[in-house]
Amino acid sequence: MTAQAIPASSPPTTRQGFRFTPSVMMWPALLYLILTTQAPFFLTIYYSFFQRNLQLPMASYPFVGLDNYIGLFKDPQNLSVIWNTLVLTGGVLIITLVLGGLLAMLLNRPFMGRALVRTILISSFLIMPVVTAVVWKNLLLNYDYGFFSWLIKALGGSPVAWLTVHPMATVITMVSWEWTPFAMLILLTGLQSLPDDQIEAARLDGANPWQEFRHIVLPHWTQALEVVILLETLNVLQVYGEIAISTAGGPGVASTNLPYYISQKLLVEGNIGVGSAAGVVAVILTNLLAVFMLRLINRNTQVGGH
Amino acid sequence: MTTVGTTNSQAPATTANTPKKNSGQAGKIFLTFLTYVLAFIFFFPVLWMLLTAFKTEAQAAAIPPVFTFSPILHNFSIALQTYGPALANSLIAALGSTLLAFLLGLPAAFALAVYPTKRAQGVLSWILSTKFMPAVGVIVPLYLLFSRVHLLDTLPGLIIMYTTMNLPLVIWMMHSYMTEIPFAIFEAAKVDGAPVWWEFLGMALPLSLPGVSATALLAIIFAWNESFFALNLTTSNATPLSIFVKSFQAGESQFWAQISAAAVLTVFPVMLFGWIAQRQLVRGLSFGAVK
Repeated sequence: MTAQAIPASSPPTTRQGFRFTPSVMMWPALLYLILTTQAPFFLTIYYSFFQRNLQLPMASYPFVGLDNYIGLFKDPQNLSVIWNTLVLTGGVLIITLVLGGLLAMLLNRPFMGRALVRTILISSFLIMPVVTAVVWKNLLLNYDYGFFSWLIKALGGSPVAWLTVHPMATVITMVSWEWTPFAMLILLTGLQSLPDDQIEAARLDGANPWQEFRHIVLPHWTQALEVVILLETLNVLQVYGEIAISTAGGPGVASTNLPYYISQKLLVEGNIGVGSAAGVVAVILTNLLAVFMLRLINRNTQVGGH
Repeated sequence: MTTVGTTNSQAPATTANTPKKNSGQAGKIFLTFLTYVLAFIFFFPVLWMLLTAFKTEAQAAAIPPVFTFSPILHNFSIALQTYGPALANSLIAALGSTLLAFLLGLPAAFALAVYPTKRAQGVLSWILSTKFMPAVGVIVPLYLLFSRVHLLDTLPGLIIMYTTMNLPLVIWMMHSYMTEIPFAIFEAAKVDGAPVWWEFLGMALPLSLPGVSATALLAIIFAWNESFFALNLTTSNATPLSIFVKSFQAGESQFWAQISAAAVLTVFPVMLFGWIAQRQLVRGLSFGAVK
């Protein structure tokens, strides 16, 4: 699935002379990853079959089979949490790909101050999620004193309490703001490896800008797009700090995604069983979505390419 | 604004420089102008945070917003009173986890890059696949385990989780740097009778030192900016800077200038690092897939 070709350094032919095989050297790392990811995940699966709550003074934790999962999918509120997670990820992906691609194309030309503009543009990616949320919530989006409220009023509109009226759109905006530089950087690097003569040849053949983009730039972008989509999917599915600070998942569960839901189940309710079941769902969702996205990109960029 | 890290060496000759008509020239100027405008819009929240940090509280909450004011340092002096412990926690967690990730990851990257067995591709894919495991898939058992062995709200607890987060990055990036070393060098050393540990410590490591610094910088940035484990696994003793910033917006009374000063103190070191390392950023962000 994640087949990145290993740039082959010429393979060793003789290894018999060494006291220990070098492959031993990777075991500490592998063991560490097994102990901190694989093993706990199997425990998460195990817990998800039990009714267990840290706040209840119970000696026994009854086995409930799939009840936690059934409960999870029966409650429409929980379904909307899963839906929110998908909307957030999909929304951020679309916005960052479009904006990041646009910025990458704009930056892929020589002009004065290009290095400075690039430096400025990556800043939002370097800001920690908690600070993003604090700054947007207080300084920009505050209904009474926020900069945007003033801007909208100055332009003749009436201000909006963004965090309560459009909580999900607001979270998508913040997360997109953070991840657009990532898409831009990777896509820009992809563009810069595109040979000039390909574009020249296409222009000589009379290609219009759209055809040029569709048949030359887009196929060439495949690898960069793959990286952006895969890593953004993995990371945006895990968005937590922005939501925890700006909307606290609310109002109601309007901006609650799976990570926030699970942390609430665990830290606030102490509900180990349901939290674990939601954790398993999150892992399955992550893998399904990542594979699906990669399939999508591979199909769309290869048709008509080359 | 300081432009650290000049990026002009990134082969600027990408667009066809065939001289076109006048309209083409106007178009180019427009596109450059558009780029500047978009960059300003994107940077505005950061700029506004920076400006607010130097205002009085009254100026910070003023409507219409105050654009010209005489900057004060009062907010920073208040934020600095509680900044120290959080900064220390963030530094220890970021540096500690980066160090541990390198101790574990460097030998693995060396083995996978210089002595790839048939399974190397599979092992690398598996390492990357641990990234497909969201933190929420492991948080429940780890939380229970940590609370039992008293790792909750401790720096070792944070370091353990950040190492898990950064280890795949370290292995992939260092693998990508180490495969670029010509294998003939190792063969020559082997002929001279050099043991494997010397090939690793004496040759592969020094030759991939630029990769080490780029990777370390990224790992530190990621650990520094992490919020899920910070918000879920720490409460008071081991709280890093993210919690420090959060604490400033507690309660009903809003001190925007103070919040901004705290935020500036928190993001500035990392932003500076990121600006300096922006050329290596791409390789690291893409796990070495895009160079």
